[in-house]
Amino acid sequence: MASITLEGLRKTYAGNVQAVKGIDLAIEDGEFVVLVGPSGCGKSTLLRMVAGLETITDGTLKIGDRVVNKLEPAERDIAMVFQNYALYPHMTVYNNLAYGLKNRGFKKPEIEERVRKAAKMLEIEEYLERKPRKLSGGQRQRVAMGRALVREPAAFLFDEPLSNLDAKLRVQMRVEIKQLQRRLKTTSLYVTHDQLEAMTLGDRLVVLSAGKIEQVGTPMEIYSRPASMFVAGFIGSPAMNMVPLEYLQTRGTHDLLSDLPPNTDTVGIRPDDMRLAPPNTPHLVVESTLELFEAAGAESHLYVRLADSDQPTVIRVSGQPPVKEGETLRFFVTREALHPFNSTTGQRTNAP
Amino acid sequence: MQTKRSTYQNRWLPFLLLAPQLAITLVFFIWPASQAVKSSFERTDAFGFKTTFVGLDNYARILADPSYLNALGRTAIFAVSVTALSMGLALLLAICVNRVLRSAKFYTTLLVWPYAVAPVVAGVLWWFLFNPTIGLLPHLLDWFGINWNHRVSGTQAMILITIAAAWKQISYNFLFFLAGLQSVPQSLMEAAAIDGAGPFKRFWTIVLPLLSPTTFFLLIININYVMFDTFGVIDATTGGGPGQATMTLVYKVYTDGVAGLNIGSSSAQSVMLMGIVIILTFIQFRYVERRVNY
Repeated sequence: MASITLEGLRKTYAGNVQAVKGIDLAIEDGEFVVLVGPSGCGKSTLLRMVAGLETITDGTLKIGDRVVNKLEPAERDIAMVFQNYALYPHMTVYNNLAYGLKNRGFKKPEIEERVRKAAKMLEIEEYLERKPRKLSGGQRQRVAMGRALVREPAAFLFDEPLSNLDAKLRVQMRVEIKQLQRRLKTTSLYVTHDQLEAMTLGDRLVVLSAGKIEQVGTPMEIYSRPASMFVAGFIGSPAMNMVPLEYLQTRGTHDLLSDLPPNTDTVGIRPDDMRLAPPNTPHLVVESTLELFEAAGAESHLYVRLADSDQPTVIRVSGQPPVKEGETLRFFVTREALHPFNSTTGQRTNAP
Repeated sequence: MQTKRSTYQNRWLPFLLLAPQLAITLVFFIWPASQAVKSSFERTDAFGFKTTFVGLDNYARILADPSYLNALGRTAIFAVSVTALSMGLALLLAICVNRVLRSAKFYTTLLVWPYAVAPVVAGVLWWFLFNPTIGLLPHLLDWFGINWNHRVSGTQAMILITIAAAWKQISYNFLFFLAGLQSVPQSLMEAAAIDGAGPFKRFWTIVLPLLSPTTFFLLIININYVMFDTFGVIDATTGGGPGQATMTLVYKVYTDGVAGLNIGSSSAQSVMLMGIVIILTFIQFRYVERRVNY
């Protein structure tokens, strides 16, 4: 168990390509932190730097109180779960789990005990004598987790471990990983590009873009107060709608918009904050044309085009409202639903 | 493995499609091989006038012949040393090239070149290099106090044909080992590194076991190569000598048959050689392949 501290961590590849541009992050002991961002944002590189699989160009990396910049992966007391599981195909599940312990000179009875314990926890006891190719995707995933577990390391590193599973298994494994981490209280760093996975798993999220941190916070902090237009667009599905402030101002004069910070020029509105029924509090009314109706079971997505504008916008409502494609739709937005941004800097204008 | 069953409209079409391959096998393998089997049971007099059926007499004679048993022993030593040398060096070279990022293609091309050299040419090349009178290497060896003359020393002659035969085969083994190494996923190496295995341990416990299908395949190919295809190398370098020192089974087949005109004995030997290779390959498939499956 240990904290992980990143101070000004940088990675520059040959040809002066900067993959990671100075990351400061303190992960507390026992915390589950998720690195999330689009592909190419440097999240995997960052994780691999923590693991010791990529060299650190600049900055300091500490696991616990030790500076581990120059240490080999094996000496960092971490375990990693790979995207393709990276199970040793010529070894049985038992030997896959035992390999790391054998290399570290554990005694046979101790290895046996730890492997059995991990196998029991992950419910893979009956597969211990099988080779990985005889296992299904979900079982392989468990073995990969088991290999990390048996070592009882200071930290777990996960590199998109669920992206090779089908949708149903992914949800199931997500829950299991979360429960396991709660139980073991091992510091975990988890990389994903899936914002839903990030939201549901992490104690804290780190949203990355182009090698830099956009925002750090609990999932709900980030969802309810995205620090930038990038974060606003990335977290939450469907993505937050961005409407120019000028456009809203032309929809009649509203006191509602007067207290927005002066440099605001774009307003973000979550699809679920656009109501079809007028609320009791002061609100904006916007007219639009319904272009596409998408029923997703418990909720529906309405793709509309705002009146006198070509701004495509999505509304999310629960259930299935009695609307038809092509009809004119009025929706209502309260003051609390408005996220003010400046489109030049991309930042939130009323940041604390 | 499931076999795919194809259906044809015309029942003769599959035979027609197979015909060229069957014809080649028939003309170049089945026919000469059956001729060899046939003449291995016969004895022809020195002038070729009379051929008599002698049953297993030829086989009985060669098995009782000390020079044949000598050749058998030589061949075993030759096969083991050529296979070990060429596969070992090829693996080493493949590991080196696999570590190089930039010029890997260039090195690969260079290393594959010897394969394009005909066995006899390779033999002549090494014959020149090791020629006791005009060769470069004996000259160099002389500085170290080694008197190189493979025309006199049987051991040196064996070393010479081993080097020449192995050199020829390294390219082939190298290509397969390189392909094998490149198909070992990088993430396995990384997982092993995190699991506390150093570079050597990773090689022994991960890379080598994953290469075992390649190694097994090459083992069979190399042994077959040594048994049959080294004729040119031996003929160009030592010609089986000095004495019988480099007389391998395949070379003895040639010497007794073509030079000694003892067709019956030569045929019996070639049938025996074929039998030995078939048995070796069978043993390898039966007992070794089981362990390489994963």
